[in-house]
Amino acid sequence: MKRLPTTWRDLARHPLFWPGVTLVLLCLVNVYFNRSFFAIEIKSGHLYGSVIDILNRAAPLMLVAMGMTLVIATRGIDISVGATVAISGAVVASLIGGSLIIQNGVQTYVSNVPMPLAIIAALAVALLCGLWNGLLVAGAGMQPIIATLILMVAGRGIAQLITEGQIVTVYYEPFFIIGNGFLLGIPVSLYIVALVLAIMLLLIHRTALGLFIESVGINPVAARFSGISARALVFWVYAFCALTAGIAALIITSNVKSADGNNAGLLLELDAILAVTLGGTSLAGGRFSIMGSLLGSLIIQTLTYAIYSLGVPPEINMVVKALVVFGVCLIQSEALRAMLGKHLFRTGEAA
Amino acid sequence: MTVEPILVMQGICKSFPGVNALKNAQLRLFPGEVHALMGQNGAGKSTLIKVLTGVETPDAGEIRLNGQAISPACVGEAQKMGITAVYQEINLCPNLSVAENIFIGRFPMRAIGIDWKTIEHQAAAELAALNIHIDVSLPLASYPVAIQQMVAIARALTTEAQVLILDEPTSSLDEGEVERLFQALRQLKQKGMAIVFITHFLDQTYAIADRITVLRNGEFIGEYPASTLSRLDLINTMVGREINEASYAANSSAQAASVADKPYVSARGLGSTGGMHPFDLDLYRGQVTGLGGLLGSGRTETARLLFGIDRADSGTIRVDGHAVKLNSPRQAVRYGIAFCPEDRKNEGIVADLSIRENIILALQARRGIFHYLPKRAQSAIAEQYIEQLGIRTSDAEKPIGQLSGGNQQKALLARWLATDPKMLILDEPTRGIDIAAKLEIMELVKAQCKKGLAILFISSEMSEVLRVSDRIAVLRDRQKIGEIAGHDADEQNVFRMIAGAEA
Ligand SMILES: Nc1ncnc2c1ncn2[C@@H]1O[C@H](COP(=O)(O)OP(=O)(O)OP(=O)(O)O)[C@@H](O)[C@H]1O
Ligand SMILES: [Mg+2]
Repeated sequence: MKRLPTTWRDLARHPLFWPGVTLVLLCLVNVYFNRSFFAIEIKSGHLYGSVIDILNRAAPLMLVAMGMTLVIATRGIDISVGATVAISGAVVASLIGGSLIIQNGVQTYVSNVPMPLAIIAALAVALLCGLWNGLLVAGAGMQPIIATLILMVAGRGIAQLITEGQIVTVYYEPFFIIGNGFLLGIPVSLYIVALVLAIMLLLIHRTALGLFIESVGINPVAARFSGISARALVFWVYAFCALTAGIAALIITSNVKSADGNNAGLLLELDAILAVTLGGTSLAGGRFSIMGSLLGSLIIQTLTYAIYSLGVPPEINMVVKALVVFGVCLIQSEALRAMLGKHLFRTGEAA
Repeated sequence: MTVEPILVMQGICKSFPGVNALKNAQLRLFPGEVHALMGQNGAGKSTLIKVLTGVETPDAGEIRLNGQAISPACVGEAQKMGITAVYQEINLCPNLSVAENIFIGRFPMRAIGIDWKTIEHQAAAELAALNIHIDVSLPLASYPVAIQQMVAIARALTTEAQVLILDEPTSSLDEGEVERLFQALRQLKQKGMAIVFITHFLDQTYAIADRITVLRNGEFIGEYPASTLSRLDLINTMVGREINEASYAANSSAQAASVADKPYVSARGLGSTGGMHPFDLDLYRGQVTGLGGLLGSGRTETARLLFGIDRADSGTIRVDGHAVKLNSPRQAVRYGIAFCPEDRKNEGIVADLSIRENIILALQARRGIFHYLPKRAQSAIAEQYIEQLGIRTSDAEKPIGQLSGGNQQKALLARWLATDPKMLILDEPTRGIDIAAKLEIMELVKAQCKKGLAILFISSEMSEVLRVSDRIAVLRDRQKIGEIAGHDADEQNVFRMIAGAEA
């Protein structure tokens, strides 16, 4: 380590260094098997290509991972985000639905309820889910994993109730813009991610939110004794996390033009937690990185893309994914790096 | 007669990013001695110990145990070689029972499973030897810091070791407990054990140590027989300049601060079921009120009630004449009350955050989440207090957890001074702080007090309470038994009062 110039050492210490390296490596793998991986074309005014595709598909995960980051930073966890997506998706799909009518001799689709209202309702329901979680964790003092397990289990049932056990299809075209549309050539979903990111970064760096969340995550007692209302903070963090799940639900529902209470957002909580960890935020709480979680989400999506484009048989693609994730986590483990460092140092000394 | 040293550390160097914690440090231990390792906060005492026990790897230097070069890679390895340590920050498992903590890692086994009965009996016996009689099956966290410290000591005493290291083991113990610890140490010494003892209490050093090694800024300054080094010389060697303890020691309360005539905080019949019996207490701006009492007398409980941590079941609190409810620290902070807790590691520092962030934390909490202090203002405040309190650090962006114990304590004091409080509760504020810094901090507290701060001062060192307090409220068994004015008070007086209540 000593022989490396300091700038390199500082770079390697940067929290985003390892997630960044991982993402670059994954991209290289992709390029190796698919020379046109980075190629971007313009088709009918939209950017089009693998990278754009990955970004677009990663949007819901990025949103949820951003919310999850804050929860994890307070030493918590929210395993109900997938269920929240199902509920919100069911709400928005049932409210919009849509039917074909003929107006002045032109065929148009109309929504059951005005679209803005439906979207607000879906987000409100997601927020409600978060308030419930927050109440259990911050109010009743339950263990976060148990508290959110309740909604995780019950949530899909609730979604089924809303959709009356059916898969609700949406026919109202303007709604498809959210998940499939383009603006100035770039997918609309990415604007949504950028907006949420901007708001979060603003809150974290221009208010004391980041400081308070980290203090509560590192030492809740000391934070409380310093006059921070740790409970209120934790409560709102869960609410916010569910809200990001609600936004993700809009994109997902719009993208597949339907709401499926059983499968919408399935295992999304696990991917989100994984993205946060890959991004370098410790599950033990404390220091966190929103950018890291975005990188983590992209790593997961790029990996999925690579697995599919390599033609790995579907039976084993989960195994491959697990192995890669295992490797990445290993590289990022402080303990392992310290061990390697010590070992190299000692042998170096002996030589 | 020449006795071979049992342990020699030589030429030890260790640097952390930005600091040379140890520069060519050395230490020699002989069998059957108690060796005091002395030095100011940040001198490198704990780091030297950590190098010895394999927690930190030295950059250079050698360690010889019985003539053999050793380089322990972890605590377990050091323990197998016969080197046991009690670290400065208690590192036991708060959720496990006291008995489990004492025996963890070396449970006596039966044919099937662990022999819990024996463990509890032995643990109780070990503690009884230190005159601690508690229920060893309860979790460690349910006991105060002092008891936890005794448990950590009991754990170390039961291991078979050639070298026993105690890094500030007595910082929250009262005199009786210290004496019992010393008895135990003398017995171990007779058996030929070499004991390293780190403390900032000079009285304790002279009471127990045979020889003294002094470190300053990570450097070895000298090794002296305790009998030939005078107290004043010891202080001067540690600090590296002349310090006159006596000039500070005088009770300066005589030079009257302008004491407000109405109390800032006034408690009437304040109490909680299972905690404090109802008590009355008035705290005036410009006055230091000391809380006198033994361990478990309710000093910390009193503080917690006044800071809204524990909820009072009875009584009223008036702040500046207005009746208020203090249901959370947040509210107390809003009324200008500040509280430096005694358990620095668990209730004070936010270890991974920088010194700057730790210092402005309470101020920011008071301003609220949306009135964020700009980074530049934060740095200015942090720099100001680092300078003013003499916090030894390379810069303000270092995680506070990397500071030496005493410097962490100063940073916590800075956290509260930065909020410009009207009343400051100090629970063991000088715990783990070196003699020079202790005097400086007490001066600072006095100066703040003269500027109109009300101070509630808690310390297990009665002499310190007497020295700084204008008025002492005496507690016993979670009950306030009376008050003594500062100029009438001496240790005899206070202890007589405590004993009198017993009759
Ligand atoms: N892990 C670490 N990383 C960076 N710096 C460290 C670390 N541990 C200790 N230091 C620095 O090394 C120096 C020596 O610290 P050490 O804890 O050994 O002091 P000490 O003599 O035990 O002081 P005290 O009496 O306050 O306990 C200090 O300047 C401290 O900030
Ligand atoms: Mg120390």
